[in-house]
Amino acid sequence: MKFTLSWLKEHLETEASLDEIVETLTRIGLEVEGIENPAAKLAPFTIAHVLTAERHPQADKLQVLTVDAGTGEQIQVVCGAPNARAGMKGVFGAPGAYVPGSDITLKVAAIRGVESRGMMCSIRELELGEEHDGIIVLSDEAPVGESYAQWAGLDDPVIDVAITPNRQDAMGVQGIARDLAAAGLGTLKRIEVRDTAGSFPCPIEIRIDDPEGCPAFFGRGVRGVSNGPSPAWLQQRLKAVGQRPISALVDMTNYIMLSYGRPLHVYDLAKLTGGIRARRAVEREEVLALNGKTYRLDASMTVIADDAAVHDIGGIMGGEHSGVTEDTTDILIECAYFTPKHIARTGQKLALTSDARSRFERGVDPAFLETGLALATQLAVELAGGEASQIVRAGSPPLDTLTVEYDPRRAGELGGLAVDEDRQRQILERLGFEVRIGLPWKINVPTWRRDVMGPADIVEEVIRIEGLDKVPSTPLERVPGVARPTATPDQLLERKVRRTAASRGLNEAVTWSFISEAEAEPFGAGAWVLANPISEEMKAMRPSLLPGLLAAARRNIARGATSVRLFEVGRRYLSDSERPTLGVVLAGDRLGRHWRTGKAQAFDAFDAKAEALAILAAAGAPVDNLQVLGGASDVYHPGRSGRLSLGPKNVLAEFGELHPAALKAFDLSGPAVAAEIYLDAVPQKRSSGHMRERYAPPPLQAVKRDFAFLVPVGLAADALLRAVRGADKGAITGATLFDVFTGQGVPEGRKSLAVEVTLQPGEKSFSHDELEAISARIVAAATKLGAELRG
Amino acid sequence: MATNTDTIDSLSGDWLARVEAATDLPSLEAERVAALGKQGAITQLLKSLGGMSPEQRQAEGPRIHALRENVTAAIAERKATLERAELDRRLATETLDMSLPVPLGEQGSVHPVSQVMDELAEIFADLGFSVATGPEIEEQWYNFTALNMPESHPARAMHDTFYLRAAEGEEAKVLRTHTSPVQIRTMMSQKPPIRIIAPGRTYRSDSDATHTPMFHQVEALVIDRGIHMGHLKWTLETFLKAYFEREDIVLRLRPSYFPFTEPSAEIDVGYTVVNGRRVLGGAEGFMELGGSGMVHPRVIANCGLDPDEWQGFAFGCGIDRLAMLKYGMDDLRAFFDGDLRWLRHYGFRSLDVPTLSGGVGA
Repeated sequence: MKFTLSWLKEHLETEASLDEIVETLTRIGLEVEGIENPAAKLAPFTIAHVLTAERHPQADKLQVLTVDAGTGEQIQVVCGAPNARAGMKGVFGAPGAYVPGSDITLKVAAIRGVESRGMMCSIRELELGEEHDGIIVLSDEAPVGESYAQWAGLDDPVIDVAITPNRQDAMGVQGIARDLAAAGLGTLKRIEVRDTAGSFPCPIEIRIDDPEGCPAFFGRGVRGVSNGPSPAWLQQRLKAVGQRPISALVDMTNYIMLSYGRPLHVYDLAKLTGGIRARRAVEREEVLALNGKTYRLDASMTVIADDAAVHDIGGIMGGEHSGVTEDTTDILIECAYFTPKHIARTGQKLALTSDARSRFERGVDPAFLETGLALATQLAVELAGGEASQIVRAGSPPLDTLTVEYDPRRAGELGGLAVDEDRQRQILERLGFEVRIGLPWKINVPTWRRDVMGPADIVEEVIRIEGLDKVPSTPLERVPGVARPTATPDQLLERKVRRTAASRGLNEAVTWSFISEAEAEPFGAGAWVLANPISEEMKAMRPSLLPGLLAAARRNIARGATSVRLFEVGRRYLSDSERPTLGVVLAGDRLGRHWRTGKAQAFDAFDAKAEALAILAAAGAPVDNLQVLGGASDVYHPGRSGRLSLGPKNVLAEFGELHPAALKAFDLSGPAVAAEIYLDAVPQKRSSGHMRERYAPPPLQAVKRDFAFLVPVGLAADALLRAVRGADKGAITGATLFDVFTGQGVPEGRKSLAVEVTLQPGEKSFSHDELEAISARIVAAATKLGAELRG
Repeated sequence: MATNTDTIDSLSGDWLARVEAATDLPSLEAERVAALGKQGAITQLLKSLGGMSPEQRQAEGPRIHALRENVTAAIAERKATLERAELDRRLATETLDMSLPVPLGEQGSVHPVSQVMDELAEIFADLGFSVATGPEIEEQWYNFTALNMPESHPARAMHDTFYLRAAEGEEAKVLRTHTSPVQIRTMMSQKPPIRIIAPGRTYRSDSDATHTPMFHQVEALVIDRGIHMGHLKWTLETFLKAYFEREDIVLRLRPSYFPFTEPSAEIDVGYTVVNGRRVLGGAEGFMELGGSGMVHPRVIANCGLDPDEWQGFAFGCGIDRLAMLKYGMDDLRAFFDGDLRWLRHYGFRSLDVPTLSGGVGA
């Protein structure tokens, strides 16, 4: 909401400076977003008298002027404007002046051999409008040598205020003046309305068929108007706040709206057929609005229509056909009340914003229809002449006022600032509230403050005017002692796995929660798809963290990275819930080429498995009990991937090399491996206090024995290790695979697996016979899997 | 006897000289065998003790034993010297170029957003706040209606909401536009007094240099008896001082409007310009950091609590923005790009865990 200082002062009697006004506006909740004074850039331009005007000796279209700019000397200026003539007064810029409209700084220059010491300016050169047909011609009484901007009334700062959605009353200058007055910056001026009782009946019937959407429609005709351009003062004011002057009558409606927050509409009576009424639109009915666009309406929308057509999307935008033009002679002025909810809904459906909508949907003052119409008529007649009819009042606006019961102690109890009762009453009354002192206070809310509904709102009014900065900081009560831990098990788990991954050399990324539908496809498709995505690439809520990480890996490789280790801790969005997950993508080199290790080595599926297991271990999962199952999702290589599972059902992680098709889909050329750890599937140990089990190292040293088995090529090594470990649970404390071999000496269809078994004696060392017996059990267990001991 | 004594003395001198003269381990070993071996000269002397009379033995025994000990000690000493010299010679041939580069292992990193969330949890834990979470795919009731934003509310339209496709006849869910629905869920599931912060991902369909369609917010909520704006102000000041680790934080609450708070205030914080960058602290200028206010009585009632008994405050601000202001990133979009160079530059080491004793800023 923009307004000028002089405009404000028409509503506020004040001695306050611009700085005080600006500072106060922000302090009371009307945030000043900008202040601009158009006079600032026009400071170097003065009023000058053209003494002589002669033809330029070298150019037909130029004139050589002598100018008196009040400096006591005669200044020679070369001028190209056809309207420059001796005796006129205009606007002069001396060398050194910056001309805003042409973006040049004036200098003494020779133009076609004649020296020119400055410039007489046009409207456009001073950025005061578009006209550039000639230089500005001022009236004869303009004082030579004075500042042009000052004299022309342009020294009027424009203040731009952000109005929060609750404050419709501040969407007019008068409402802002009221707030400033309440804040002690002056006195609100009374609105002066002359009696403009009509001299003849309203020439058109006004009716309401949709009292729900439009409960009140006040209107009156004015006949014999002459709708030319509006006067300079009005044009200047509208231009200053960014409104384009159109004609006296249209400018009048905008001026009343900006001054009082009261939207109006003016119809050309000659273009209306029969009576006019507020009704619901007919389904699929169309209207060409003033913005030149055609809108298709539905039956939930309120319109103003005559017997032939719709002429106004009620409270939002008028129709093109019945708008006033310079030929208009008879008009109807509409001052209506539209129901905010309806306006909001219609505006949203049509995606149509307007100054009127932004006011009506927040709720204009329902008690201002009479005054608003009177002000409009008064100004219309003043600007365009004519004679006003009597008023038609169809329906009645919702005038019920709210009475709030209020205990003035609430200012301190809720607002944190104990404001003196007299002061509270003063603030409220200045804002237009009627206060009846008692226990509790009974406060009548003014009709223009729809946002105030209860004691908390009253506290806000008191505190914002008194000053939020006066509220003293008050410490929250502190529980005695050291602060207690607050993190939940889930949060602790997330922190652990995040920092474990980072400590393992992985870089944490945060990628979009939405991906393309195609990217979601290999993970069982996105269960949640946006109805209004920002793009196709950001459409489906991710069922996996991998697409985002793979895309990030591709970008890194495109930037020249040779080794990418990324992880992310975030949610997968499944149909039933949002699952905390840690995703890992490793792409490119595990080891770059190096003098110690030789050639570069690419990541393989076992790197992904290592990350998955290490992170699961950090998460507290019993990694020794995990089984490796096949059947990872389609994004993985079917033969080089697996699921880590606790029992057949509880899958804790997937890992593996990516499927070539997935690599292609993500435009990754090199090898890439990945893992996803399902944090919510990791069983959490119940806390059993801080005390550890008693420390009891075995008294005797462990014994190690090696076994080499020939097994069928398809046998999973894990199965053999499990069998070996299970051969003697009392004695065997470990079995590790230290060699896998196929080739010379190993028959076709077999592979050699070499296992180191750790045997832990109890009280006594193993005897030779005991060791032989354990060995025999190990071999027997392996044999069941088709293994034979290598000789 | 004297002759024998002289003989042993001169023998001692001879053997010590021969040991000393050995220049390498094999020749020293040869001398040892010659002196102390089975057939060695000194061994022979020891053996001769057997054939002596008791008196002779008493006189000669200690001298011969002393001879043997002296020579044994001399050999051991010489051996150590020669071994040392031998080792030195060998080591002199074993030099490596110790300037050769070695791999340090990969340096991982924690994303600034995660780090800041940990910092927030740490600071607020000290003030008695726990961390609460909620769904990101949210019901409209929690995201809007319960927060006093009925369907036609203009503020609801201002939220640039992402809607999810819904089955025919079902109300569309939304991607939460703020973390405030966690307030609602917390008040509905927990009995006051309540002190929580709720950090997390939030979404608005907005994309330009300073807005991304996904971003992070943190919400704080206190519900108790007798909580007022003064407590809000203190909590904000205390939090900001701890987070930015500066005592000169200047806070300015400016009256504003949010549907779910009453009274409402924007949080403005003073900054100083240092080397062309805005640094929080001081009051050269003010910038908006977030929104705050006293929880609207209607919101409290919507959660099934009695607004005449319980009241409190809430505030919210952007985590990405908090990170940018503290650590100096200037482009929000880079947060979500996964560029390794950026992650290494702005990321944190795994052991940079924010603690109160070590400082929350790494």
